Amino acid sequence: MKLSGYATKINTLRTTAIVGIKDESPTVKTYTLQDDLCSKAKPGQFLMLWIPGIDEIPLSILNGGNGQVQFSVKAVGDATRHLHDMQIGDLLGVRGPFGNSFTETRGRVLLVGGGTGTAPLLFLAKRLAAKIDRLSFVVGAKTRKELVFLEELDAMCTDESAIATTEDGSYGLHCLATEPLESLLDKQKFNMIYACGPERMVRKIFDIAEKRKLPMEASLERLMRCGIGLCGSCMIGKYRVCKDGPVFKMAQLSEIKNELGISKLGFDGSRIDI
Amino acid sequence: MSNSLLTVNIAGMNLGSPTALASGILGYTAESLRLVAEGGAGAVVTKSVGVAPRPGYPNPTVVQADSGLINAVGLPNPGIDFYVEELTYAKSLLPVPLIVSVFGYTAEEYALVSKKAVEAGADAVELNVSCPHVKYTGSEIGQNPKLLTDVVCKVKAAVQKPVIVKLSPNVTDITELAKAAENAGADALTVINTVRAVAINVETQRAVLSNIRGGLSGPAIKPIALRCVYDVFEAVKLPIFGCGGITDWRDAVEFFLAGASAVQVGTAVGSEDPTVFQAINRGVASYLKRKAYGSVNEIVGLCHQD
Repeated sequence: MKLSGYATKINTLRTTAIVGIKDESPTVKTYTLQDDLCSKAKPGQFLMLWIPGIDEIPLSILNGGNGQVQFSVKAVGDATRHLHDMQIGDLLGVRGPFGNSFTETRGRVLLVGGGTGTAPLLFLAKRLAAKIDRLSFVVGAKTRKELVFLEELDAMCTDESAIATTEDGSYGLHCLATEPLESLLDKQKFNMIYACGPERMVRKIFDIAEKRKLPMEASLERLMRCGIGLCGSCMIGKYRVCKDGPVFKMAQLSEIKNELGISKLGFDGSRIDI
Repeated sequence: MSNSLLTVNIAGMNLGSPTALASGILGYTAESLRLVAEGGAGAVVTKSVGVAPRPGYPNPTVVQADSGLINAVGLPNPGIDFYVEELTYAKSLLPVPLIVSVFGYTAEEYALVSKKAVEAGADAVELNVSCPHVKYTGSEIGQNPKLLTDVVCKVKAAVQKPVIVKLSPNVTDITELAKAAENAGADALTVINTVRAVAINVETQRAVLSNIRGGLSGPAIKPIALRCVYDVFEAVKLPIFGCGGITDWRDAVEFFLAGASAVQVGTAVGSEDPTVFQAINRGVASYLKRKAYGSVNEIVGLCHQD
């Protein structure tokens, strides 16, 4: 009985063929896989993707439904570059969905995304759209070609279009995504801030939210191996990002202030600067 | 849970409960160890640490098997010189004994790392002479009575704290190694480490783990672990940490009856939660009450009576 009901058994590695590849930008592609479990993922959850013979990496889920799951990948390392070279029909392995998800709130929400960190926020925005009064998006990237999902984000925003920022000024405002926040928060009242992206950006948003006593949820990223809360590679403070996160609420972010945007564990378990 | 029913003394260490965290699970950071202690563990064993930093193997390093997990993480660790800082912090945070798992490529390395770990506050060291997936260390030492004897002797000479030897099941006769450890002066044994295993994916026709071979843990290996504890209990006088597939109180009691003085829990921290220790402790306590025992010590090795 215990053997047949073994808790993580349903999450054995599944192999599945790529059914769709979409170019989001010169450096970012969105992949679609057929996978029942991951198609039921909630916004904020992630999957572990096995690129056979190369690596297995955690990826935020961009969308799920009708037996399919989508995720977006920027080519940054060995694994992601190999993935970018793969074609429709090629086999990948998938485990998940893992981790918790964003809490769905009502009222007025502000979403702040950096780079491909925007993916889970877009997923969340789609789920929130019908239920909330106001949705505003700030999205930042290093340069124009890394600004992804812009059209979709614009369509999600209630009043004006999404605020885009680039670090090199090639599109939108010439600044970091955190720059427009103070004036936006001065002008309007928000019930919740959701954030995902580079951790120094998340830290800055946390500092602003803390100062203004605004609730916030952020999705964090760490080196991950097992994805199921065992190996300890993704610890931040007392939390396992893979199992207790990846989404953390304001009070939890406060508890991990000493590490948030500052340091993380490397492959050998030593602490490295972010 | 402070409960005299569950208190055990093993190799001179007092454990508030007979369930300890097994090495390899969490354990890089002091806070991850505290999480487990707060979850009811009576002692914690760190990840294995060596002389020099090791990044471990690329992913996949953990793969689900039927009723268990196969892992080949590859002993990632920051090296003892970096790790002492975390150990000192862990010692200040933890309300339970801190056992440091140690590996080396030579007996001298085992001794050096053990010495530094004890200086940093370790209440005991556990010698990893049983990791099944890293060359020139682990089970390559623990499968050879002569090498094992040398390692244990040199570590015993280097530290004043209890020395626990974690044995591999991947041997012809585990009692031979248990006796070697006992004769070399070990204070306790942990029985067992993972069972050498491979996972293969049929669609890609590949071995899944990047290292190909790994170690199987979880419910799948419990009967093997029980047999090893049973045999070792009859062969030596040393106290035993039973380890291998323990998920609930019934599993733990089986190990006590087979001869374990305490147990270590690893894989179940993932399949259940870090509070799995509390759940097991509660179940063991109510079993003891139901059977009218005053202490868990009274049932250790009980099924050897006939």
